[in-house]
Amino acid sequence: MRKKFVVGCFDDEKVLFPAVKNVRRAGYKIHDVYTPFPVHGLDHAMGLRETSLHTVGFIFGLTGTSIAIGGMGWIFTTDWPLNIGGKPHFPLPAFIPITFELTVLLSAISMVYTFCWLCKMMPGVKKHHFHPRATDDLFVMVIECTAKTNETEVQSFLQNNGAIEINVQEAEDGWWFGRYDKEQKLYRTEEVGY
Amino acid sequence: MSLLKYESQLREPLVDGDKDYHQVTEDIIGPIEAKPGRLWYIGLSIALCLLLFGVYSVYREVVYGIGQWNLNHTIGWGWDITNFVWWIGIGHAGTLISAILLLFRQGWRTGVNRAAEAMTIFAVMCAGQFPIFHMGRVWVGFYVMPYPNSRGPLWPNFNSALLWDVFAVSTYFTVSLLFWYSGLLPDLATVRDRAKTKFRKMFYGLASFGWTGSTKHWQRHESLSLVLAGLATPLVLSVHTIVSMDFATSVIPGWHTTIFPPYFVAGAIFSGFAMVQSLLIITRKVLHLEDYITVGHIEAMNKVIVLTGSIVGIAYLSELFIAWYSQNPYEWWAFRQNRVNIFSPYGWAYYGMMFCNVVSPQLFWSRKLRRNITFTFFMAVLVNVGMWFERFVIIVTSIYRDFLPSSWSTYYSPSIWEVGFYLGTFGLFFTCYFLFAKYFPVIAVAEIKAILKTSGENYKVKMTPTEKMDAEKFYIEEVEHAH
Repeated sequence: MRKKFVVGCFDDEKVLFPAVKNVRRAGYKIHDVYTPFPVHGLDHAMGLRETSLHTVGFIFGLTGTSIAIGGMGWIFTTDWPLNIGGKPHFPLPAFIPITFELTVLLSAISMVYTFCWLCKMMPGVKKHHFHPRATDDLFVMVIECTAKTNETEVQSFLQNNGAIEINVQEAEDGWWFGRYDKEQKLYRTEEVGY
Repeated sequence: MSLLKYESQLREPLVDGDKDYHQVTEDIIGPIEAKPGRLWYIGLSIALCLLLFGVYSVYREVVYGIGQWNLNHTIGWGWDITNFVWWIGIGHAGTLISAILLLFRQGWRTGVNRAAEAMTIFAVMCAGQFPIFHMGRVWVGFYVMPYPNSRGPLWPNFNSALLWDVFAVSTYFTVSLLFWYSGLLPDLATVRDRAKTKFRKMFYGLASFGWTGSTKHWQRHESLSLVLAGLATPLVLSVHTIVSMDFATSVIPGWHTTIFPPYFVAGAIFSGFAMVQSLLIITRKVLHLEDYITVGHIEAMNKVIVLTGSIVGIAYLSELFIAWYSQNPYEWWAFRQNRVNIFSPYGWAYYGMMFCNVVSPQLFWSRKLRRNITFTFFMAVLVNVGMWFERFVIIVTSIYRDFLPSSWSTYYSPSIWEVGFYLGTFGLFFTCYFLFAKYFPVIAVAEIKAILKTSGENYKVKMTPTEKMDAEKFYIEEVEHAH
C-alpha cells in the first residue's frame, strides 16, 4: 500500500536516541529506523518487543532430536534389526553424535528460514529504500503520516531534534518481487496479494 | 547505549587511523568496486591451473579406480584421509573466531571473522572431496544417506564413526554457510546501495535478499547470530571429536586412545589459525586493510597459536607416556618403533611434526616475534606443514606395520595422482578465496562500524576526558542523556 512518510536522517547515534524518545513522546508514529549497523538499545528505545526467533530454533532443535532418536531406533529395532557384532539394537551412546548433529542442523536451518520469512527477505525481493546511505553512514528515521499528521510540523520537529536531512516521500511500505537494476515490478500488486 | 562505549585506554585500538562510518565503507567496499590488480589475475590463474590438475587426477581415479593411488594392503588410508583431516582442521579456526569469540565478546574478532568464516567453508568443501572420492565408486556415494531404498531396505550402520562423520561434516558445512551468509547480508546490501553499474545492482540486489537495515530486522539478526554462534560452538567441537573417533573407536595400536578428541580439536584450531594468519597477512597487504587487520589482531591470533600449540605438545607427550605406562606391548611398539625411532621408515615424519608443532611455536612467547609480520607468516606456513605431518604420522605410522610382519616391507609413498588430488584442493580453495576476496566484503563492515566508536583509534583518543570524569558526573552527562 502506498503511504506518505516523513524521513529524517541523522549522522550520529547519540543524536538519534533522544530524537527517537522525543518523537515517541510527541505521539508521532515511527514507521521504522534504518541503521547501517545494529545500534544496541534502539529497539528498546523504539518500544519494540523482544524477538522470539530463538524459540523457533528451540522447537525445531527438539524436532531434530526426536527425528534422529526415533528414526535410528525404529530402523535398528523394528524395520531391520541388524546384528552388528552382537551389540544392542538400541545403543543410545552410539546414537548421540548423529542426534546432536541433526538437532543443530534443524535448529539452524529453521532459524535462518524463519528469519528470512519474518523479515520478508529472499533473492528477488525488493523494498522501498528511504535513503541509499542508510546502509552506509546515516541513521534514517521514518515517520508515517496519518490523516491528521501535519507534515511541516513533523519536519520542523525533526529539524529541532538534530536531523541533518529531511524530506517527505510517498512509498510502498511492503515488499514486492523486482530487480534492483530495474524500476518496474515483476508482478502486479493484485496478483501477489499482499 | 551501553557503558561498553568507554573501553580502557590500555587496550590497543582495533581500527587504526582517523575513520568515520563512511570511511569504513569506502575502505572495505572500495576494492570490490575497483578493477582487480595484476596480482589477483596471476593468483587466480595459478589456482585455476592447480584446480584443473586436481580435476584430471580425480578423473583418473574415478575412471581407473583406487589403484591409481599407491595405497596398499595395510595402508588403506594414506594421503587422502590425511588431507581430509588436515582440511577439516583448517576450517575450525573460522568457526572458533566467529562463534566462540562472539560468545566470549572478543572485540578483535570483527576484523577477521568474515574472511575466517569464508576460509572455513572453502576448507570444508576441500575436505569433503577426499572421503567422497576414496569411496572408489563415487557414483553410489549417496548410499551413505539413510533413506528407504530398494536395496532391502539396507540402512547404514548408525554405530559407525564413519557415518557420524557424514552427518557431522555435512551439518558443519551447512551451519557454517548459513552463519556466514546471514552475516554477509547487511554488507551485501551496502555494496548494492553503492552500486553504479547495472550488473552490480542486479547481482548484489539478488544476493542481499532485499535487506533494508530496519531496526526490527537488526534485532532479529542479532538474535540469529547469537543463537547460531551458540549452536556452532558445540558443533565445531563435535566435528573434530567425531573425526578423531574415526580413529579412536578402532582397535589399531596408535589410534585406540581416549585422548584423541581434545587433542584433535586443539590441533584443528592450531592449524586453522595458522591458515587464517597466512591468508590475512596477504589479504591485508593486497587490499590495503592494515587499519582493520592490525598488528594487534595478528598478535592476538599468535597467542591462540602458542596456546593451542602447547596443548598439542602436551597431548603428544601424554600419548607417548601412556603408550609406555599402559604396558600394552602393541601400543608401545607402535610408538617406540614406528614413531620415536628416528631410523624407522617414517621417523622423519614424527620429528618433523614435533619440531613444527611443539618446538617452533614456543618462539611466540616473545612479544617482539608475535608482532613481526614476516616471522608470523613463516611460522604459519611451518605450523600448517607440521599439522599435515601430524595427521600423516597418526594415519600411516599406525597402519604400515600391521599384525602380520610379512607385510612390513611395503613402504608407502603417494602416486602423482594422489599428490595431484591434494594440489587440486589447493586450487579449489584458492580459486574460491580469490573470488570471495574480489566480490564480497572481506571484513564485516557493519560489525566494524558497531565497534568503531569504542575501539577506533581516533575515538579512543577523544575518550580520555570522559574517563577522567568522576562517576556521578559521568552518569548525569552520559547515561541520563542517552536515555
